[in-house]
Amino acid sequence: MVDRPQVDASLEAVLREERARLTGALVRIIGDWDLAEELVQDAAVAALEHWPVDGIPRNPGAWLMTTARRRAVDRLRRHVRYRERLAELTAEATQMDTPIPTGGPLAADDRLSLLFTCCHPALSRESQVALTLRTVGGLETPAVARAFLVPEATIAQRLVRAKRKIRDANIPYRVPDVVELPPRLEQVLTVLYLIFNEGYLASSGDAPERRELAADAEWLTSLLVRLMPDEPEPMGLLALMRLHVARAAARFTQDGSMVLLAEQDRSLWDRAAIGAAQELLERALRIGRPGPFQVQAAIVAVHASAAKYAETDWAEIVALYDQLLRLQPTPVVALNRALAVGELSGPQAALEEIEPLGERLADYHLYHAARAELLRRVGRSEEALVADRRALELTDNPAEQELLRARVASADREQPS
Amino acid sequence: MKYMVLIGSTAEGWDHLSKPEQDALYQKISDWWAEHAAAGEILEGHQLQPVETATTIRIARDGRTAVTDGPFVEGKEMVGGYAVIDVPDLDAAIRLMSGWPAPDVLEIRPVVDSRD
Repeated sequence: MVDRPQVDASLEAVLREERARLTGALVRIIGDWDLAEELVQDAAVAALEHWPVDGIPRNPGAWLMTTARRRAVDRLRRHVRYRERLAELTAEATQMDTPIPTGGPLAADDRLSLLFTCCHPALSRESQVALTLRTVGGLETPAVARAFLVPEATIAQRLVRAKRKIRDANIPYRVPDVVELPPRLEQVLTVLYLIFNEGYLASSGDAPERRELAADAEWLTSLLVRLMPDEPEPMGLLALMRLHVARAAARFTQDGSMVLLAEQDRSLWDRAAIGAAQELLERALRIGRPGPFQVQAAIVAVHASAAKYAETDWAEIVALYDQLLRLQPTPVVALNRALAVGELSGPQAALEEIEPLGERLADYHLYHAARAELLRRVGRSEEALVADRRALELTDNPAEQELLRARVASADREQPS
Repeated sequence: MKYMVLIGSTAEGWDHLSKPEQDALYQKISDWWAEHAAAGEILEGHQLQPVETATTIRIARDGRTAVTDGPFVEGKEMVGGYAVIDVPDLDAAIRLMSGWPAPDVLEIRPVVDSRD
C-alpha cells in the first residue's frame, strides 16, 4: 500500500488533468454532455478507490478510459439511440489503451475543444463560467455554487440550460478555425480572468471554494498555454495572474482588511515568483503579437519591479495604458490611465481626465472611489465624501466596503456636519 | 441542421439612410440572398410588409379569439423578414448570417426536427 497523504496530492493533480481530457474525449465520441460527465465521475470515484492502494497507473488517462468504457458499454446497451456510438466507443477505447504521450495532439484537442465550447459566445457569460469550472475544471456543482455565493439549484439550472442549448442549437464541439480564433480565444481568456478575479478579490472571510477560484483559473490558463504554445495572449494572461498571486500576501492585513498598493509592505512580495512571471511575459512579447492581456501584465510587471511605491515608473505605465486604450477603448481603461496620469502630473490633471467618464461609469464603484481620492488630494473634501459614499453604495465586496467605511468615518470626524 | 433567422430592423439602422442608399442596400441584400440560396444554404424566406400592417390574434384556453392591430411583441426591433437556412451547426449559421449586408439585428433559432 502506498503512503496515503503522499499519494493524495499527486493523485488530485493527475486526476484533474486526466478527467478534463477524458470528458473531452467522451463528449466527442458520445455527443452527450450529461452522460459523458456521469461516466467521468464514475471513473474518477473508481480512481480514488484504487489508486491509493495500487499506485497511480503509468498511463492514468488510459486507466480512466478503460474504466469509463466498461460503464459506458453497460449504459449504452440500454439505449437504442446510442447503439451506433457504441462501435465508435469501443474502437476509441482500444486506441486509448495503447499509451499515448501526455499532451499529444489527439488528447490535447479534446480539452481545447471542450474549453472553446464551454466559452461559446452563444452561451450566457454566467453559463460559460459555470460550464468551464464544472466540465474542464472538474469542480462539483456544489463547489461552483459555494464559490459564486449562489444556491446550488441555480448553478445546476444554469448547467442544464447551457447543455441543452449546446445540444438543441447544435453548438459545435471544436476549436474554431484560424479566422474565428482571435475573438473566440478572447472569450475564453475573459472567462478565465473573470473566474480568477472572483477568487482573487475574495477576502479571508469568504468560503475557501471562493478563494480557490483564483488557483482554478490559473490552472485552466496554464493548461491553455500548454495546449496553444504559439498564442501569446494566454501566456500574457497567465503572467498577469501570477504577478497578482505573487503579491497577494501584502494585500490584506493579519485581521483581513485590505491594503492599497501604495501602502503595501513590498517585502511580503514573492520576488522569485515575480521574476518567473516576468520571464513568461517576455516569452509572450517575443512572439510579436501584442494583445490586451499582455499589456495588462506589462503594467502590473512595472508595478511589481518597483522597490517602493515612490519609485514606480509612471511614465512607462501611462505609455502602456495608451497602448491598452488603443486595443481596448473602454471607459474603465481610460479611468486607470487617468489615475496613472495623476501620479505622473498631479491630481488636478487626473481629475480633468476622469470627469468626462462620469456618465458612462456612473455605476462603477471604483470610479467614485478613485474620484474621491483625487478630490481629497486637491482639498475638495466635501465632494470627496459624497463620492466615497456613492462608491460604498455600489460595491458588494466586503473588504472594499470596510475600506470605504473607514474613509467616510474619518472624513466625518474631521468635518462634523 | 435547419435554423430560422428572424431579421429585425431598428430605426437607428435604416432611418438615417437616404432613399438611394436604401435602394443600394436592398440590392446588396438581394444579391447576397441569391448567392446563398443558390449554394443551398438559404432554403426559403421573405421580406415582410412594415410592422404597421401586422394583425395579432390571441387564442384563449377556452378557444375564444381576440383580434388586434399590431405585432405581438412590441420592441425596439421590428421583424422585417425571415429566412430558413440549412447549415451544419450554429457556428456555420453565425458565419453565414454575419455576412448579412444591412445594419439589422438577427435572431437565430434552431428549427425542431420532427424526427427526434
